[in-house]
Amino acid sequence: MVWGTDEQKQRYLEPILSAEEIWCQGFSEPEAGSDLASLKTRAVREPSHPDEWVVSGQKVWTSGAQYSKWCMLVARTDADSPKHKGLTYFLMDMEQEGVQVRPLRQITGEAEFNELFIDGARIPDANVVGGVGNGWKVALTTLMNERAGLGFLLQVRLRQLLDDTIAAARERGLLADSLYADALADLHTRCEQIRLLAWKGLTDVERYGQPGPEGSLVKWLWSDTNQRLTELAAEIVGPAALTGGTSWSYELLRARGNTIEGGTTEVLKNIVAERVLGLPRLKAVA
Amino acid sequence: MDFGLSEDQREIQRTARELLAARAGAGGFGSVREHAEARRPDRALWDELRALGWLGIALPESCGGQGLGAVELAILCEELGRTLAPVPFLPSVLAATLIAHGGSPEQRERLLPALATGEQGAALGVARDGRAELVIGGGEANVVVLLEGDRDGDGEGPARRLGARVLRAEEADVALVASIDPTRSAAEVAFAESAGEELAGDVAAGLDRALVAVAAELVGVCDRALTMTVAYVKERRQFGVPVGSYQAVSHRCAQMLLDTERARAASGYAAWAADAAPEQLPAAAAMAKGAASQAAVEVCQSAIQCHGGIGFTWEADVHWLYKRALLDAQLLGGAKRQRARLATML
Repeated sequence: MVWGTDEQKQRYLEPILSAEEIWCQGFSEPEAGSDLASLKTRAVREPSHPDEWVVSGQKVWTSGAQYSKWCMLVARTDADSPKHKGLTYFLMDMEQEGVQVRPLRQITGEAEFNELFIDGARIPDANVVGGVGNGWKVALTTLMNERAGLGFLLQVRLRQLLDDTIAAARERGLLADSLYADALADLHTRCEQIRLLAWKGLTDVERYGQPGPEGSLVKWLWSDTNQRLTELAAEIVGPAALTGGTSWSYELLRARGNTIEGGTTEVLKNIVAERVLGLPRLKAVA
Repeated sequence: MDFGLSEDQREIQRTARELLAARAGAGGFGSVREHAEARRPDRALWDELRALGWLGIALPESCGGQGLGAVELAILCEELGRTLAPVPFLPSVLAATLIAHGGSPEQRERLLPALATGEQGAALGVARDGRAELVIGGGEANVVVLLEGDRDGDGEGPARRLGARVLRAEEADVALVASIDPTRSAAEVAFAESAGEELAGDVAAGLDRALVAVAAELVGVCDRALTMTVAYVKERRQFGVPVGSYQAVSHRCAQMLLDTERARAASGYAAWAADAAPEQLPAAAAMAKGAASQAAVEVCQSAIQCHGGIGFTWEADVHWLYKRALLDAQLLGGAKRQRARLATML
């Protein structure tokens, strides 16, 4: 919506809204996690078809890749430019020979995410978003919207889990125990703050067109709160949280991913420090 | 609910910020230091605030106030907290808020006009057995409002139902106390069982609005502590680089921002609820005061830590913020008390 051409908007937006075409996000790589700009997947122009790109590399943590028709792919198009500069944002058709999807089993036992092996996949020039070499900016737009939008949805889920936990505590007479009461009141406060900050973020999107780096605060607070909540819930419900296959045990394990996925808490703190507070960046060790 | 301030509200904020910055003195803390060291309020500033009608901003027009709401009052409290303006504004508006909601119509009409104009100053404290140990604003006050009993009390046994008593200063024994926060006066107040009068209205609603005003002041304290700290760690160099480039420091600053924004969100919501959704106010006020109390103390502690040795000195001025935070955090119940109350509403 921000960077696409009119043709791209016309072609892709409607099937997204109708869920006719599912998309996945090909950003992270085995060697480029938090340091996304160091990614190695290469896209080069096909000498015989100058309006086509040929892509090779490996992506990881692509959720839903097995159901996806399209992939938002960031690849290096200029090996000589410094890290952030030589990247381009592509829309890649997943239904082609050069793309292999392998599920990635996580600590919960299920496979929400995938590895993507790309070998000679082809992307037409018309599927470049935001111009060649501009991929970093386009990817940041995706990530900031992910943090702003996802934070909002996840807070609804958090509220449900908190309500279930409060109900479980009430059932077991633990609400009268001041230690549990204090912890639940703290979680309720955090949950409300996430709701308020997420709304404020959406108001900013409405007012200024784009979410600001403050969205990082919501994602940071949400992930930390969800971990605290699932741990407290485990203490309240007891054995059910330690028995495989229950939703309590699933949430308990799944929550560990929250402070890693979509920007680790450490990276979010860097973003807040540098882009919101304007603190200087520490030079990386060469 | 609307998350931005209206144009009028923004104007109040701008005016307050500019005026208070202009009166803050050298280095932004000159006036605080001067008045805190002498333990006396800034009379000239007090007269200016009176002339601007700030003391009556949220009081009804029929009682000489401006008839605006808790949001406008919170804006002023935040700005005064940010500058630690050495005037007994908060104690006066807290006492007036208690009377405005906790008093009968007759009490409001009789007691509020002098408080709305600032002709009289007021103080607020919590009393037990005829004594209130730390009454803020007690040094200058003509009128003292004392909360008694407990919200959860049923009137039988040791727990007494929440009530409030209004005393004229001359009806009680008022002895100055050197509180930990020298930027505003405090007193110990002792009184006879028959002294003063009981407030006859909804004291709990007044107390909730008072909590919101304290929370707003604490948000101002957080914001100032964060701003000072960020400026300092950008400038202070060790090992050849600004200390703010180390993640041990910068991540601590990021945490200060998160805590400040959390407190601001909760406090803004509570002020909105006081004006627009009073049924949400009891939980919102407990949440705001709890969050702001915890945030302000922790943010000021981080501010001292990030300033290093300088932060522990009298001259660095960070301590004024910390002392205000410590006192306000406990005022009308600290973070744990607020969470305990919130838990009963879950």
